[in-house]
Amino acid sequence: MININILKPTSSNFQTYLYIGSALIFIGIFDVFLRSFFNINYLTFLPGSLNFLFPLIIGLVGLQMIRLEYSGNRIVDKINQNINNNTFNAGLTLIIIFLTLLVIPPALDWMILEATISGDTKEACVATEGACWTYIKVWFRRFMYGMYPNDFHWRINTAFIVLIAFAFVGYFMRGKLKNYITFYYAILYPIIAFIIINFLISGGSFGLEWVETNAWGGLSLTFIVSFFGLIFCFPLGMILALGRRSELPIIKYISIGYIEFWRGVPLITVLFMSSVMFPMFLPSDAFVDKLIRVIAAIILFEAAYVAEVIRGGLQALPRGQYDAAKSLGMGYWKMQIFVILPQALKLVIPGIANTFLALVKDTPLIFVVGLSEVVGMLQMAKTNPKWLGYAMEGYIFASILFWAICYAMSKYSQYLELKYKTER
Amino acid sequence: MSESIIQMKEVNKWFGDFQVLKDINLEVKEKQKIVVCGPSGSGKSTLIRCINRLEEHQKGQIIVDGNELSEKTKDIEKIRAEVGMVFQQFNLFPHLSILDNCTLAPIWVKKTPKKKAEEFAMKQLEQVQIADQAAKFPGQLSGGQQQRAALARALCMEPKIMLFDEPTSALDPEMIKEVLDAMVNLAKAGMTMIVVTHEMGFAKEVADEVVFMDEGMIVERAKTNDFFANPKNERTKLFLSQIL
Repeated sequence: MININILKPTSSNFQTYLYIGSALIFIGIFDVFLRSFFNINYLTFLPGSLNFLFPLIIGLVGLQMIRLEYSGNRIVDKINQNINNNTFNAGLTLIIIFLTLLVIPPALDWMILEATISGDTKEACVATEGACWTYIKVWFRRFMYGMYPNDFHWRINTAFIVLIAFAFVGYFMRGKLKNYITFYYAILYPIIAFIIINFLISGGSFGLEWVETNAWGGLSLTFIVSFFGLIFCFPLGMILALGRRSELPIIKYISIGYIEFWRGVPLITVLFMSSVMFPMFLPSDAFVDKLIRVIAAIILFEAAYVAEVIRGGLQALPRGQYDAAKSLGMGYWKMQIFVILPQALKLVIPGIANTFLALVKDTPLIFVVGLSEVVGMLQMAKTNPKWLGYAMEGYIFASILFWAICYAMSKYSQYLELKYKTER
Repeated sequence: MSESIIQMKEVNKWFGDFQVLKDINLEVKEKQKIVVCGPSGSGKSTLIRCINRLEEHQKGQIIVDGNELSEKTKDIEKIRAEVGMVFQQFNLFPHLSILDNCTLAPIWVKKTPKKKAEEFAMKQLEQVQIADQAAKFPGQLSGGQQQRAALARALCMEPKIMLFDEPTSALDPEMIKEVLDAMVNLAKAGMTMIVVTHEMGFAKEVADEVVFMDEGMIVERAKTNDFFANPKNERTKLFLSQIL
């Protein structure tokens, strides 16, 4: 039997063990580093599997040698408590470090070091093995604006800038105006947004050429669909949540039926039906734009999810809150608006954020009805004969875009949570 | 003497198969202070919750300030606005400051201008001696302070009748007194009060009459002195011997 105790440090000889152990760990990591970054393997004299496992073995021995409770060294104690408390965890730690080292160089190579962004044609990318960001550069306007005519892109930009400006109006509402802030955001702002988008992006009046919604696309379409989806599905969901808890049987069962129906069908079929089947039920002279139909479908669909999230918050409130509000003479709506909903909505901010993020990430599905937002444009660009073979770059680009949008939303929801935290 | 402000005639109530109130007859005159006591589960809380229709009775008649309470009552909110209530669990609105708790209903139910409502609320908060806490949120106050704030909130609606549902049962012993003091002051000011409580000291000090309930029935009703000096019913005697 091998006496493994020789690897166990004691407090008297810990200094020596610490030096030797650290050195061994360093050698292990350095070995992987050399193999990965410079493709050097100085251990070729060792037989195959031993060569391969050498860094792991030597690292484990090193970690074993520095494992001592209360060594007196703060950093070593931290390491021992968290990632080196037994051999299994020490092994996992090493493997994770090694994998990271092995993955970084090729990723770095592909994405930055050997990537190309120069030129305007595919030829610029032929010479290299790295990513072809030229592809993204050339198609950038398409990814942002879809098939919208190039000369009119300023209209989309202006519309969004104006919309953002209107979104900040609430910050400047003071005094008496402050009472109308909810009214402004819940009712006035969506109307303003619709008018701006209708006149500026859609056009057709004030000397602006009309651009049909089929040509809209790219990231701007993602924003438009998400924006209207978010602002309308929230109030609708709120009403449904209240409806489901109503004491009036008709309202209650209509709400339950609605929620269970929309939660039970896949979004993709809803979108398809909104575009293909819905017009069949309309009188032949009636016309509702495809984009509006699609947005309406998304709103109806997501409202069911929002409703259930809000209902969760309503149920979390103790009955005493209802009793207190009633005993003060408040009717149903006053009680809901001033006492119940403010508390319930505060509770469900994380859940609502969840649903909203899902909504934004569901928007690519509108490709089934022929609308191409950013991922849809990607599909189109990917199959363009001149630019075959750059799907990877496109998907990474789209991932980064969506991640940035969703991360911003997530951060904003965390900010709201903190802002409305009053108790405790 | 004015006529009864609350009249309950043959009131019966069931929770499912379980009868919680049996043939309750109770009349309360203006400015009268009534203490309702009895073992737990005897229906005391349900009784006073019926008076502002937080619970619905199924049989009998309840008339509050000339309005009969029934399913047909249209303006139940109006009646509730005249009947203040203080709960065992305070039930302050945790998302609003103490002052906003007090002004919410006056502003939105009684349509009092904001400034006036705030002035009146501050006066009520001073009465219960927590004016300095007005800007804080309920979660930052002690239990006794919260209950006094709840009392002030109810008083801000200028109710004709005040109902108390075991107002001190959820409090630490050292906080009970501050709440009872506030209630005694209110009683001295001439409020009509119905108080469900186990605080017999409070009953002796302010109550005109004491009602003893057991198993959903009013077992005994007597002037306060008589009630404590010579209770007539056996169950009342037993209850008093246990609680005093």
